[in-house]
Formats: sequence, structure tokens, C-alpha cells
Amino acid sequence: MAAPVSAAWAAVAIVGVATIAIKSSGVMLVHGRQLPARLESMIALLAPAMLAALVVTNTFGGDHRLVLDPRAAGVAAAAVPVALRAPLLVTVITAAATAALVRAI
Amino acid sequence: MRFVTHYRTGIRLALPLAVAVLAFGISYGVLAREAGMGSLAPFVMSTTTFAGSAQFAVASVLSTGGGLAAACVAAILLNVRYAPIGMSVADTLSESTPKRLLEAQLVVDESWALSNRGGGRFDRRILIGAGAVLYLAWVGGTGLGIVGGNLVGDPDKLGMDAAFPALFLALLVGQIRSRTAAVAAALGGAIALVATPFAKPGIPLIAACLACLVGWRRR
Repeated sequence: MAAPVSAAWAAVAIVGVATIAIKSSGVMLVHGRQLPARLESMIALLAPAMLAALVVTNTFGGDHRLVLDPRAAGVAAAAVPVALRAPLLVTVITAAATAALVRAI
Repeated sequence: MRFVTHYRTGIRLALPLAVAVLAFGISYGVLAREAGMGSLAPFVMSTTTFAGSAQFAVASVLSTGGGLAAACVAAILLNVRYAPIGMSVADTLSESTPKRLLEAQLVVDESWALSNRGGGRFDRRILIGAGAVLYLAWVGGTGLGIVGGNLVGDPDKLGMDAAFPALFLALLVGQIRSRTAAVAAALGGAIALVATPFAKPGIPLIAACLACLVGWRRR
């Protein structure tokens, strides 16, 4: 079923403006201000917390459920180059090749 | 220790991912067209929104008859995480306000993660170099998908969908330099895992920010 073209353009405009506003708000709110030390140490922890959440949602995330599919095999295989501190390229290719292989079987 | 970095360091770091992003750009172009979004609208969306998961969400909600409001809410929820992410890089970006706002648009999960130096520090040039490559790959891929149709087949079949979590895993491991960081990572991952079955996509990532609260007591 096709959506009306006008709805598509409305979505392009609304989501585009909202996304640009969201991305701009973060850098405008904080810039050039001396933040309280506690807030700074919390913002510093955003990277490990968000990266772990990105790993989880990109590996197991499904439509309102957790799924175990070839992505998990790819990430598990990538743990080896990660542990060996191999270059990112090796890690990414290991994950993709493993997931492709498991999916083909 | 002093790091000398260049935009091309960011470009080089982002190239392997750019291949995957290009493939997903192509599949987005194909899917959006099949969803009845036309040819120009999905392309304009890639140039302005530059956020893959949100754009896929819009195409799929519109094509299944979910309506405009639902499509926009789903996409915006997926992008709310860019507010805290933007806060984390605010002091890294350019001093001039127009430049800073422009640079902020190049912040996506992958460019942000690649530019992370640990301990809350980021590298502006890596962020911009990587962001620019990924932007070109996403916009170019979308155009190819709209005009050329399905050139590469299903990117998932090539395992491209596993490339992203593997990248995040590699970058996460480099981040665990203190006990507090390890606790925040474990908590963030656990929150996302628990929230995924119950919440709309995007919410688990926002909820994972709560893990930062462990920084309240420790420095």
C-alpha cells in the first residue's frame, strides 16, 4: 500500500526540522559554560553507557522484542579481533562475514 | 602525550563503515520508493535528516498505513539521543556559532563513536572527517537506490547489519579505562536490554543515559 505523497513530504519536513533542532540543542546548551563537576563527570560517562546500549540494541533489537539472529554470531566472532586490538576494518569485516555465513547456512 | 590528527584520519577510520552505510542508503532509497514516498522526498530526507534508523522508521510506518503522526513520533524518538550526544561534544566543536551548528549536523552514532578519545574528550577533526564521509555515503546510497533500484540486493544478506554493533563493541572496549566507566557500560547495556521488549525503538537508548548517574558520586 502506498502512502500519499503529501504525507511523505510532511514527514520529510517535520522529521528534518526536529532532527536538526535536536542536534543543535545539545551543542548550544552546553557550549562555553563551566558545568558543575558532577554534571561533567556524568556527561563523560555517556560514551560507555551509550556505546553499550548501541551494541545491545543493534545486536538483539527487534520489533518490540529481543531476537537472536545471525547478527549475534557476527558480534560474537568480532569479539576475537576486538580482544586482540585488531584494526577496526578487521573487526567490521569479521562481523559481516560471519553474519553472512550464518545467514547463508 | 600529544595527538596530531587530521580530517583524513576521520575519513580513513570511517571508510570501512561507509561501505555498509552506502549499502543501507541504497536499500533505504529502494524501500522508500516502494513505500510510495516518491523519488525526491526520500533523497531530500537523507540530505536533511541524515539518520538511517529514523528514516527507515518513517518509510515503514507510512507504507503500512500507520499515518503521518505515528511516523514522525517514531522517527523523533529515535533521534532524541542526539541531544545528550550533542552535549557531550559541545566543547569539542568550533567556537563560531554557525560553524558549530553545521558541525553538529555531522554527528551520528558512528562519527561520534569514532571521535571519542575517552574520559569525555572528543576529536573535532575526526568527527568532521568521519561525519562527512558517512554523510556522502548515506546521501549517495539513497540516490543510487532511488535511481538504480536494488544494485546490491539485501545488505543483511552480506552481513552488513552486524558491522554496526561490531564497531560499537570495538569502540566500547577502548572506553573501559576505569571502574566507573565499566559500571556505566554494564548498566547502560542492561537498561537497553530490559527496555527493548517494552518500549518503542529509540527509548532504550535514551533510558540507557540514566547509567550516567553513577558519575554523580565518583569523579
